[in-house]
Amino acid sequence: MSQVQSTTQTTTGHDNYLNHEKGLWSWLSTVDHKRIAIMYLISILTFFLVGGIFALLVRGALFNAKPEDKFWSYITPDVYNQFMSYHGIIMVFMVIVPGIPAVFGNFLLPVMLGAKDVAFPRLNLASYYVYLAGAALAVGTLFVGKIDTGWTFYTPYSIKTSTSVVMAVLAAFTMGMASILTGLNFIVTTHKLRAPGQTMNKIPLFVWAIYATSIIQILATPVLGITLLLISAERLLGVGIFDPNLGGDPVLFQHFFWFYSHPAVYIMILPAMGIISELISTFSRKTIFGYTAIAYSSLAIAAVSFLVWGHHMFVSGQSEFAGVLFSIITMLVGVPTAIKLFNWISTMYKGSVRLDAPMLYAIGFLFLFTIGGLTGVWLASTGMDVHFHDTYFVVAHFHYVMVGGVLMAFTGGIFFWFPKMFGKMTSDTLGRISWVFVFTGFNVTFFPQFILGAMGMPRRYFEYHPAYEPLNQISTVGSWLIGFGFLVALVAIIQGLVAGEKAGANPWGSKTLEWQTSSPPPHDNFPITPTVTAGPYEYR
Amino acid sequence: MSTVKTEDGHFHHAHHFNSLSHQYDSAKQGVWLFMVTEILMFGGLFVAYLIYKSIYAPIFHVGSSYLDVKMGSINTVVLITSSFTMALGIYFNQKNKPKQAVIALALTIVCAGIFMVIKYFEYTHIIHRGLVPGKFFNNPEFQQKVVDFISNMPIENLTPTLSDTAHMKKIAPLYFGFYFVMTGLHGLHVMIGAGLILWVLIKTANGKFGAEYYTPVEGVGLFWHIVDLIWIYLFPLLYLVG
Amino acid sequence: MNNWLNIITANAFMPIQGTEIAGKVDNFYAFLLISSLISSIILIGGMAAFVVQYKRKSATDKTAYITHNTMLEFTWSFIPFVIMMVIFYWGKVIFNELRSMPDSASAEEIHVVGVQWAWNFKYKNGIKQYTKDNDPNKQVMVVPLNKPVKLVMTSNDVIHSFYIPGFRNKQDVIPGRYTSLWFKADKPGEYQVFCTEYCGLQHSQMPATIIVKPEAEYTAWLDSNKPSMAASGDGGMNEMANKGLEIYENKCRSCHSIDGTKIVGPTWKGLYGAKREFESGAPVDADENYLKESILNPAAKIVKGYPAAMPPYAGQLSDDEITQLIEYMKVVK
Repeated sequence: MSQVQSTTQTTTGHDNYLNHEKGLWSWLSTVDHKRIAIMYLISILTFFLVGGIFALLVRGALFNAKPEDKFWSYITPDVYNQFMSYHGIIMVFMVIVPGIPAVFGNFLLPVMLGAKDVAFPRLNLASYYVYLAGAALAVGTLFVGKIDTGWTFYTPYSIKTSTSVVMAVLAAFTMGMASILTGLNFIVTTHKLRAPGQTMNKIPLFVWAIYATSIIQILATPVLGITLLLISAERLLGVGIFDPNLGGDPVLFQHFFWFYSHPAVYIMILPAMGIISELISTFSRKTIFGYTAIAYSSLAIAAVSFLVWGHHMFVSGQSEFAGVLFSIITMLVGVPTAIKLFNWISTMYKGSVRLDAPMLYAIGFLFLFTIGGLTGVWLASTGMDVHFHDTYFVVAHFHYVMVGGVLMAFTGGIFFWFPKMFGKMTSDTLGRISWVFVFTGFNVTFFPQFILGAMGMPRRYFEYHPAYEPLNQISTVGSWLIGFGFLVALVAIIQGLVAGEKAGANPWGSKTLEWQTSSPPPHDNFPITPTVTAGPYEYR
Repeated sequence: MSTVKTEDGHFHHAHHFNSLSHQYDSAKQGVWLFMVTEILMFGGLFVAYLIYKSIYAPIFHVGSSYLDVKMGSINTVVLITSSFTMALGIYFNQKNKPKQAVIALALTIVCAGIFMVIKYFEYTHIIHRGLVPGKFFNNPEFQQKVVDFISNMPIENLTPTLSDTAHMKKIAPLYFGFYFVMTGLHGLHVMIGAGLILWVLIKTANGKFGAEYYTPVEGVGLFWHIVDLIWIYLFPLLYLVG
Repeated sequence: MNNWLNIITANAFMPIQGTEIAGKVDNFYAFLLISSLISSIILIGGMAAFVVQYKRKSATDKTAYITHNTMLEFTWSFIPFVIMMVIFYWGKVIFNELRSMPDSASAEEIHVVGVQWAWNFKYKNGIKQYTKDNDPNKQVMVVPLNKPVKLVMTSNDVIHSFYIPGFRNKQDVIPGRYTSLWFKADKPGEYQVFCTEYCGLQHSQMPATIIVKPEAEYTAWLDSNKPSMAASGDGGMNEMANKGLEIYENKCRSCHSIDGTKIVGPTWKGLYGAKREFESGAPVDADENYLKESILNPAAKIVKGYPAAMPPYAGQLSDDEITQLIEYMKVVK
């Protein structure tokens, strides 16, 4: 029994959102959430490519320990510092934070709720342009003074350096604005635009995930906003809030910064977890295990995420007592996360599992996120973190959760919802090949980094002790594999767009509302607003 | 425009809502959520202010004596009045009285203007006295006053930080850093608010609102009230702390 | 540590254990490694098993309809919770030990100043080492074996971090503040130090080396490297305390004795590190912070039985001078 009572649509030659209006201007001025999602997709994939190139440059530079051996003499220590900063800034602010909400949230939220659009369609378009403006500012720094502070902008270094810090933080501020407006839009959409009969406990888990994410977005991002404004004020006016010479406290910056940036990582992972719920239940053809637990743990993670920022600061000079407090609360956040992992795996039990490309990515997520999440618990422990803080162990941990987690889910989502978005199928073979390279390459790149961290290699190092060289070389080779894997995925996408087999309304046999309308959906999503009488995973 | 008045004088809601009231409720929720973010942003500033005020109380005490409490009080009255006229602007729109609404909204903008003019005079006065943070600071009298204040403090209230008078002299301008950032960010919001009020004023004058639909006016009104509210916290914290 | 754990940690890529605490950290690390391995096997193994066992056989497969299982869900919430609490507590105990500074009397105290992009080490007796000195002998930090060493650290510019992998210890080094780190090396040898808070251009090019020498050799090193300075007063005092003595004679002698006599204020004999009781408020140990506060702002804490007569010296003594006075107080104790 699917979620909707009304009949599904045929898919041949019908009016859909892609051909509803033609011409570039109809896209640039659209208020259709689906078109806005596609525009975000193009932008985000572009920035991902740029951020990925910086990653390859960073890893390339790290292939050799000594400066004189590096592969490209252009990469001097300051250039390296810039590359690593851009990699972080682009990936965090321009790809992973907006990523899933902007693309999949925008495309799917209204459709999963049986609605015609988000609550504020024009605000949605405005958010996109605000995001682009911020991204333009960020990329603009490349041509003005570059940036070399790392994506974390720690003071006093960010106050003293001569790079384009003000421009970069204003870029981040602007993108933060876009994040807030999107979050706001999604909350009101979830509250006000659900289909008749669709109570909160009948919405898909992806919607729960986006909802929890949106709450974090509107509560946390403003604090980042004011922090970035204060850095600007300090640089431009000499306000003195973070500079000890002027009476300020550099560690206060870290408190303000992490107060946003820790919840930000949950902005990144919660939507990914939402995708995983959809993928696993669809490709196991089985109802999700523990729907309520997963829904509430998303909210719990959102709430607790505001209380743990100090675990980035155990050795910052913050009091021992504060450290211990943050440590125990961080442990608490691990519990709802573990619950979700168990629930997903239990969903496959006595299911009917097929490893299409999207499901491979979901499985990859489970594998990589388990490792990333467990190592997070290691870092949450004060005694262990003293050794690991600011070493490659941390770099490995967050890449496991952000790439192994978020990016895996994102890519799985692309292959999963591609038929819905474009009315065509991608080649499953290409999808699986991309997965093999991404999954293998990822482990080859980042697992050695756990070891490097244990061995004591600090992060953000251009030159390093030769003892660390062999593992660094393995890691660099892994990065090439990842790059190739994503290239294959890109080929799969392009091939699908150009020559993909026509897709039906529901090629995967899924039960959520978006599959009950045509592929691609019509301009208004549903010919008649559906009425919901059952939960979203009624595979019986 | 999502909500267009048709020839027969009725308003239509946007296609993705069920009714005008559905649209209205959603819009209100959206504006409230946005105001939550504004409050959090200023809240972060207030937290920073309170932290430094507790560490460097003398600087804040002496610094606030350089602010013109009269001007600040007038501005407070002006803003509160403007909130009242803003509410009137909404009320008259609800009652299908666009002419009166336009007057009320215009008065609100006038109040905003008065606020900014007074602010301008305050700023120039303070800047003229060299009381700016950073390298352009030039008011040794202020620094000396801080040191004098500390030496007259009851001894049990002193801390090692405060006792280091050379250091305190050097960092005294920090107060004005806060002053300018807090009032500046607020002033920016006053100006943006005035712009938004002008926008709804023009639409009111063009007959775009009525009893069935006045959502943007109310939304802008809410924004304006929050801007007023923030000032009501700013004023005592900055001006009356002495 | 038994052999089985030895294998895990020796092969688990941790650096050599230069201190006893490093060994404790490694034990904890072994526990984390093993428990994570088991968790991973359960999760990933379960997943792999289900993928294989429940592989789709036909397009019309029927699947079970299982929405939840309260008992199971409770169990797999509770057990991870318990394990995480164990991890929290074990880590907390280690953290406490890493951060419980030894008292200055028993520890060898060395001042560390991080700059862009090098480290300065200042010894009590006036030795100044600099990691980018031309002379390699002046680049290193030499410390005694089997004796607690306390590093009192600050930065002159941006945030750095002093990281000694072999001791499993690090501490950020902040401008405008002092932070501390301690260790007790129990193996002689050389230990790598890295700056591990990004600080700009040469962040990766400001390493240091700690050389652990048996106590006798350490003392010999201290003596032979001591800068030649005329020492005055009591023999064998360090340079800082000498300067402190001068200040004492000029500014403090009229009210404070060093032989136990009560003049106006408390004697300095036996002062440093002793517990002080006040007219009001909780008692406090006379450590650096207390002494500095008492010099700058004596009225904050009046010692029981003494008048509130001491003027504040804020603005009259520099930070350096206060440090020198405190060093002198340590000698006089």
